[in-house]
Amino acid sequence: MRIFGDVWDFLSTGANWSGRGGILDYLVQQLLLTGTALLLAVLVGLPLALWLGHVGRGGFLAINISNVGRAIPTFALLALLVTADWPGVATFGPFGRAGIATLIALTLFALPPIITNSYVAVREVAGEVKEAARGMGMTGWQQFRRVELPLALPLVAGGVRLALVQVWATATIAALVAGPGLGRIITDGFANSNYGKGIAGAVVVAVVAMVLEVLAALAQRAVDPVPRAADPRTDDVPLRDALPTTT
Amino acid sequence: MTLLAAAVEQPSCYSRTVNDWWCGAYLRDYRTELVDATVQHLLITVSAIGLGLALAFPLALMARRRPRLETGIVGFSTGLYTVPSLALFPLLVPFTGISATTVVIGLALYALTILVRSILDGLRSVPEEVRESARGLGYSRSSQLLRIELPLALPVFMAGLRVATVSTVALTTVGALVANGGLGNLIAEGVLTNFKAELLAACVLCVLIALLLDVLLVAAQRLVTPWTRTQVSR
Repeated sequence: MRIFGDVWDFLSTGANWSGRGGILDYLVQQLLLTGTALLLAVLVGLPLALWLGHVGRGGFLAINISNVGRAIPTFALLALLVTADWPGVATFGPFGRAGIATLIALTLFALPPIITNSYVAVREVAGEVKEAARGMGMTGWQQFRRVELPLALPLVAGGVRLALVQVWATATIAALVAGPGLGRIITDGFANSNYGKGIAGAVVVAVVAMVLEVLAALAQRAVDPVPRAADPRTDDVPLRDALPTTT
Repeated sequence: MTLLAAAVEQPSCYSRTVNDWWCGAYLRDYRTELVDATVQHLLITVSAIGLGLALAFPLALMARRRPRLETGIVGFSTGLYTVPSLALFPLLVPFTGISATTVVIGLALYALTILVRSILDGLRSVPEEVRESARGLGYSRSSQLLRIELPLALPVFMAGLRVATVSTVALTTVGALVANGGLGNLIAEGVLTNFKAELLAACVLCVLIALLLDVLLVAAQRLVTPWTRTQVSR
């Protein structure tokens, strides 16, 4: 299998990592995109979903937004945004070509897991606990801030973790519409039949994805007020909320 | 004058300057292309789900027997799920080449993650009393699994199958990277040539396929689990 040699050659050549259009350049760009989009989605989605969960309204929307998000191909939405007159392929600061289109798509696809998980997390705080809080004379805000939020935090963090994986994947796909990010190494390689380069790009994308996932899992464990044993079955969130969305 | 008139009569979406998003002429003229892409999309999706199911059942049943194996299988498949599809397909190319097989195997691996978990969760949702009664009635281990536990696990399993199917339809488009993405090929072409009518038609068809398959699965679920409907009237 000569192709593995090509992959190794590409990855072990220093020139491929540095400079404009090098691996590191694209890596920084994609991390920046991922971080910005995740932050935007958290700022928009989290307060909304937590509030809906607290007052117990809008459940249909909060649950079904994930199903809708899954049915819409990330590639299709990116393609539509890039081809439309606005935002189009205009370069946007450090985010590169089609920066705005990519940021919009990333943020939209980060919202469903954040909203669904946060809503379910607050909704599913045990009824007796909420009643006890009310019985102690807590106001609605105190009840949310001191009881519901801490108990909901692991599941909320689980949603943000899913969103992170989703955003990283979507940011990679942006390259299919000639957008920014590491996916460019993959698409450039495949477009020029330089499969060694394409596969090398895929290796970098996959490794970073796993590193991000491990870091997110550690962060999720850190915010859990009730530390659990390291059994994946018990510290995982329930199936319906934990199922990842399209990557 | 005649030249000008001809230019005006040309459907608006073929004109570079107008480039309409929606146009009936495109749907008529390129019908075979659209049908071929849709058929390829459906074939890839159905084969991927079929392969995923064929692998998920034995894996889930093995995992249920041995908890340590379950940790391994669930951990591995979750790790796999974090790999973006645009990176997974290239990683399979050295083994399967630039072919539809690459896309089918990649998508089957994603579907597998969801299916194994939903089979396990479905089996876990069977009440302990039911298991005990089955044992008391003299069911052997395998007939208890086939005739009692698997049917009762169906609602949870079907929910997972729906998620897997809808995701797979959407992910198939990324197969355009290796020239086998069904409607994704048309999306890629539409972006490349800035042809809005082709792009939008492919996107809409893609979402319609996802909806259609989801509705079919809901109907199938109602057929195979008649008891869940009578529960509502209690």
